Amino acid sequence: MQLTGAQALVKSLETQGVEVMFGLPGGCILPVYDPIIDSPIRHILVRHEQGAGHMAEGYAHVTGRPGVAIVTSGPGATNIVTPLCDAYMDSIPIVVITGQVPTAAIGTDAFQEADTTGITMGVTKHNWLVTDAADIPRVIAEAFHVATTGRPGPVLVDVPKDVSLQTMEWYWPESLDLPGYRPPSQPAAKLIAAAAELMAAARRPVIYAGGGVLKSRASAALVELAELTGIPVVTTLMARGAFPDSHPLCLGMPGMHGNYTAVTAMQQADLLVALGSRFDDRVTGKVSAFAPHAKVIHVDIDKAELGKVRRPEVGIVADCRLATEALVSALTPRAAAGELEPARLAGWIGQLRTWQEQFPLTYEGPAETETTSAGTGAAGRPPLLKPQFVLEVLRDNTPAGTILASGVGQHQMWASQYWRFEQPNTWVNSGGLGTMGFAVPAAIGAKVGRPDAMVWAVDGDGCFQMTAQELVTASAERIPVKIAILNNAYLGMVRQWQHMFYEERYSEVYLSPDLPDYVGWAESMGCVGLRVETPEEVLPAIDKANQIDDRPVVVDFRTDSMEQVFPMVPAGASNDDIVVHPSQRHRQAAS
Amino acid sequence: MSTARHHLLSVLVENKAGVLTRVASLFARRGYNIFSLAVAPTDDARFSRISIVVDVESAPLEQVIAQLDKLINVVEISELHPDEAREAELLLVTISANADERAQVIQLVGVFGGQIVDVGLDAVTVMLAGAPDALDDFEELMRSYGIIELQRTGRVALPKLGATSTASEADQSLESA
Repeated sequence: MQLTGAQALVKSLETQGVEVMFGLPGGCILPVYDPIIDSPIRHILVRHEQGAGHMAEGYAHVTGRPGVAIVTSGPGATNIVTPLCDAYMDSIPIVVITGQVPTAAIGTDAFQEADTTGITMGVTKHNWLVTDAADIPRVIAEAFHVATTGRPGPVLVDVPKDVSLQTMEWYWPESLDLPGYRPPSQPAAKLIAAAAELMAAARRPVIYAGGGVLKSRASAALVELAELTGIPVVTTLMARGAFPDSHPLCLGMPGMHGNYTAVTAMQQADLLVALGSRFDDRVTGKVSAFAPHAKVIHVDIDKAELGKVRRPEVGIVADCRLATEALVSALTPRAAAGELEPARLAGWIGQLRTWQEQFPLTYEGPAETETTSAGTGAAGRPPLLKPQFVLEVLRDNTPAGTILASGVGQHQMWASQYWRFEQPNTWVNSGGLGTMGFAVPAAIGAKVGRPDAMVWAVDGDGCFQMTAQELVTASAERIPVKIAILNNAYLGMVRQWQHMFYEERYSEVYLSPDLPDYVGWAESMGCVGLRVETPEEVLPAIDKANQIDDRPVVVDFRTDSMEQVFPMVPAGASNDDIVVHPSQRHRQAAS
Repeated sequence: MSTARHHLLSVLVENKAGVLTRVASLFARRGYNIFSLAVAPTDDARFSRISIVVDVESAPLEQVIAQLDKLINVVEISELHPDEAREAELLLVTISANADERAQVIQLVGVFGGQIVDVGLDAVTVMLAGAPDALDDFEELMRSYGIIELQRTGRVALPKLGATSTASEADQSLESA
């Protein structure tokens, strides 16, 4: 069967099982857009290529399947560099197809030419420049294999226009020729045995679960491991939902804005069992002062993560699920032999419970705010809306399994802190790169991947302004996502740092609550727009939004500009120097 | 000048466009320093061999190897210890040598087993192949005559017969518990 390169590309995507792609056509990718008309693959026309990339990421986050984006050469390609880098940092499998100028024009500074493979080399797991249409099925098969196996990540396939127009004889490769690519899978038995030994012997152990638990679908195995050993679990920002927040052994999020117990448990641990986590600086704080008494078991599918930041006592290069299951198998006989009796950890668990009671997450509630403002002569004015309160009401009034997406900043930290994540792959966020503007397109991609689930995005007003145009895409494509803007009229996290570390000199962080008019803007994009200014209005607005299922909803929550995220470990400080909420600072940590 | 902080990695890569860029840009973006680098096809046309001398003061060698190994086109990495490797390098140098000095230079070139490849009125160009240390010594000697231009290729190496190298897939563990 003779096909054009363009037809072969679309057929290759169909063969890979792609059901949806996010894209925007342009000159050099035009030939590929013609067969898309006849393809069963759904194409979602975005308004900016960055949106296509983040939608592909959101789709991959919630489905575990690779997200696909397709854009043109030059600016189309450069506009998707941010999502590629975001996916690279967070190990999200996405496949990006870019058009390229005809092969004869490459290197001549042709119209809309960019060195796409060169530019994206450092932000992809691998990329390909196709120079012969006959290579297309093989390259697409390799691209999906590389994106989804081992440590997942983004890949890019650059297709020159003349290659799309060439004809080739259709085939599908029976095997892949990647002699340098051998992703690990099974853990070494003697390392599992060594790890089991340490886990049985530890008296202050913590399981430090990272994003790899979700990528390897190890959540069930992790619950089994935690319950078998009685070892408490912290879930990093990338692992929220990997272990249920309601589980008695769940300590929640560690790190710069982690809760006191999670942070301090790691600091005082005698053993850290790192599963698919990478000792990110936002988790460790000052590395030399991080978990100083802990031995480390580090399981990662990427060998380069072992010893990159912290040298492990036992380093296991393996798929996280297989390693976790192997640990369960290795520890089961020890449990039967009475080596894992809960009593051995009673002191440690008791200590953790004390910290949880002393230093819970907290904020100044509406009632207290009212009292304060009354005391300062502002009686009669409605109490300020606290962003944490909005999140609590949203959390308590959305169905189980609701998917939550977020942008980057204060609202992201509050979302991670105050949500209750009970299921894997229900939290969609930009961890490593910290990409403002991630939430709206990522939520759209998530809703496309999981149309059965309710999808809310919690966004900041700064973030929202970066990518809000994709709500036009959502309206046009009937993708009913819901956006909660925690509108504090500031670039809030930057403001918080200027408050704490720059003597309250607020440089270029004020945004205005009214400019733009978020409700008017939402409505102009085909969404329902709602505004909430007082605590009493929060629940009715959320109820109303939850009932709308035929178009996107944007709720503009006018929140307290002064609110700060606590706890906080200042950048570069030791986790021992965690700063708790002002109302808790008089309390002495009991130990 | 080679020192203990230099380690030679022999990296077998797929012979495809852009592979050298991938290797070089990995070093650049992770802040690893390359002391020298040589690349050429192997006897198998599908593969090339890149010989990289790494300055391990910039990063631990095992981290450099692990990151390199993640490149899809990198097939195998061997660390060659100087004691267990046959190393060679080629040097071309143009030396200032007038008629009086020329005889001395030619004699030294002979001692080192080099070759005079060009002769001018007051300069000669010498080619010398051999172990990197010998090239260092020769270069030092020639300085007294005045080096006009010098080019070295960077090292290439193969394991000594009977010696064992540390192949990338050989040890996967960091166990010390």
